[in-house]
Amino acid sequence: MKKTTVSKYLRRFLPYLIVIAAFIVCQSMIKTGAMPRTTKALLIPVCVYIVMAVSLNLTVGISGELSLGHAGFMSVGAFTGIVIAAYFREAFGAPEAVQLLMAIISGGVLAGIMGVLIGVPVLRLQGDYLAIVTLAFGEIIRNILNCVYISIDGKALRFSFNRPDLPGKLLFRGPSGATGVSRIATFTAGFLLVLFTLFVVLNLIRSRSGRAIMAIRDNKIAAEACGLDVTKYRMMAFVTSAALAGMGGALFGQNYSTLAPSNFSFNASILILVYVVLGGIGNITGSIIAATVLYVLPEELRAFSDYRMLVYAVVLIAVMLLTNNVAIKNFLASLRGKGSEKSERKDGEAV
Amino acid sequence: MTMFLSNLISGISLGSVYAIIALGYTMVYGIAKMLNFAHGDIIMVGAYICFCCLYSLGFSPFVGILASMAVCTLLGILIERLAYKPLRQATSLSVLITAIGMSYFLQNLAQIIWGANPKSFQTVIPAGNVSLMGGELKISYVSLVTIAASVVVMLALSLFVGRSKMGRAMRCVSEDKGAAQLMGVNVDLTISVTFAIGSALAAIAGVLMCSAYPTLKPTTGAMPGIKAFTAAVFGGIGSIPGAMLGGILLGVIEILGRAYVSSELGDAFVFAVLILVLLVKPTGLLGKKIQEKV
Repeated sequence: MKKTTVSKYLRRFLPYLIVIAAFIVCQSMIKTGAMPRTTKALLIPVCVYIVMAVSLNLTVGISGELSLGHAGFMSVGAFTGIVIAAYFREAFGAPEAVQLLMAIISGGVLAGIMGVLIGVPVLRLQGDYLAIVTLAFGEIIRNILNCVYISIDGKALRFSFNRPDLPGKLLFRGPSGATGVSRIATFTAGFLLVLFTLFVVLNLIRSRSGRAIMAIRDNKIAAEACGLDVTKYRMMAFVTSAALAGMGGALFGQNYSTLAPSNFSFNASILILVYVVLGGIGNITGSIIAATVLYVLPEELRAFSDYRMLVYAVVLIAVMLLTNNVAIKNFLASLRGKGSEKSERKDGEAV
Repeated sequence: MTMFLSNLISGISLGSVYAIIALGYTMVYGIAKMLNFAHGDIIMVGAYICFCCLYSLGFSPFVGILASMAVCTLLGILIERLAYKPLRQATSLSVLITAIGMSYFLQNLAQIIWGANPKSFQTVIPAGNVSLMGGELKISYVSLVTIAASVVVMLALSLFVGRSKMGRAMRCVSEDKGAAQLMGVNVDLTISVTFAIGSALAAIAGVLMCSAYPTLKPTTGAMPGIKAFTAAVFGGIGSIPGAMLGGILLGVIEILGRAYVSSELGDAFVFAVLILVLLVKPTGLLGKKIQEKV
């Protein structure tokens, strides 16, 4: 009896344990100087992409809607965060931690609002049509950002559309994006954001609402017949995912001194989707591992220079072919079958 | 007025290119039920092959087009056999990711073979234009040839799908793969032929597109690929006339949007119209409504 509860809790808190263990290892490597500078530079983006992958998994895996515009929410969060952080610095002289916190909160809120605006039309559609509309919204966000200019003039923020001649200091200039960002993101902040994301997503999945979301994913008509408010629950997953993506984006924005809207193209959305699919759809731990490995892999493959993305593409195709190969699937299933039989027997003994 | 007409014609011309690409998308979707994200990159490969034939080997444009069609056809069949065929029973997301992997693969292979620097593609169609309305309205030969080519392709494809035995097999497979197989249709062959035709069309589209917009890069095909996909959905995915209509409308909307609304917002405008259409008619302009059952 005791053993099963221990393993149950272990499984339940596995994502947290992995993240905390990884954080402790990384921090101790940084303190002892064992970590090369190139790897250290990857830590914050890895945290951001974990947040992105876990939040996208909420839409794609838990809610079952293929979204191809996740980078759009990320960009909204990133540029909101940059502007808000600069505002707090210039207007109030706030300390960096406050700037970063405000950036992340505002990025999350604005991306969440965008999530509501986009979710209303998007969630009326299904399947491939839903996918293409999320793609379209991602591109629209990028296109509109290309025309926006924001400046800070004393204590006022000034916005304009397609007119760069704003008074004060320009914070965001259309296609060239934000330049001269103060880079206040820290690894600890990234770690805390990952924990926060896991907390939100895992608790949502295990709640009554989470079960409703998954029921709608599995059979929409049956769920509706059971009295579930389909739109409400789909919206809940979509907006939560968007807000978390905005928070990740806000942290991402504070990690680079220059950032342009073109950094958040369709390819960026696809990259995140690849993490989710390779990590296992609906599997949060898988998303964490896949985001880490697949973000670090191309960076570490720089030794191959020109060939690295080619290798990456081949790995991607090979993984898909192998995981879907019938012979390998059967082999894995037979292994798992034996394993579960054993564990069942063990459970029986323990009882 | 002439300004408007000239914009309209360049819109139709751009739309014809989208339509040819969208035809490939929609046929593959109709039969294999998959989004072939690598389709846009086949356009790029086609354009590069034609470029090589013209400049490195010194062939005539006609040979160049034929060669690029042949290479793309083979490439299409090869991709389907190696990457997509083993995944027929897999979930649609796995297939999608494989297609994305294929798209990355083609882009990066092209970058290694031809380099990342943009190449200036000189038109395969003689430069010059037809003057109408007392010389006020000039239509370039490229636009005329593009529009004519897309009309020919559309007619040929409709005849092929509607009249030939292989076309009938395609319609059967797209309706019900299992039943088609029971009726003696060779499903593998049919799917291969579909990919071959789609890829050959992509090659034509690539050459035409680079004749009108002469910058050739490894990422040239990505954006037109996405827009053609949008066009296919816009017109109702799986429908051949729908792809044609969607493509041309998309091109016209894009060019008119750039000319009269905002030059930066052309793409946003295209996607906004798409969203509006899908909200009013969720299966696209000419798509069939499939009743959902429990």
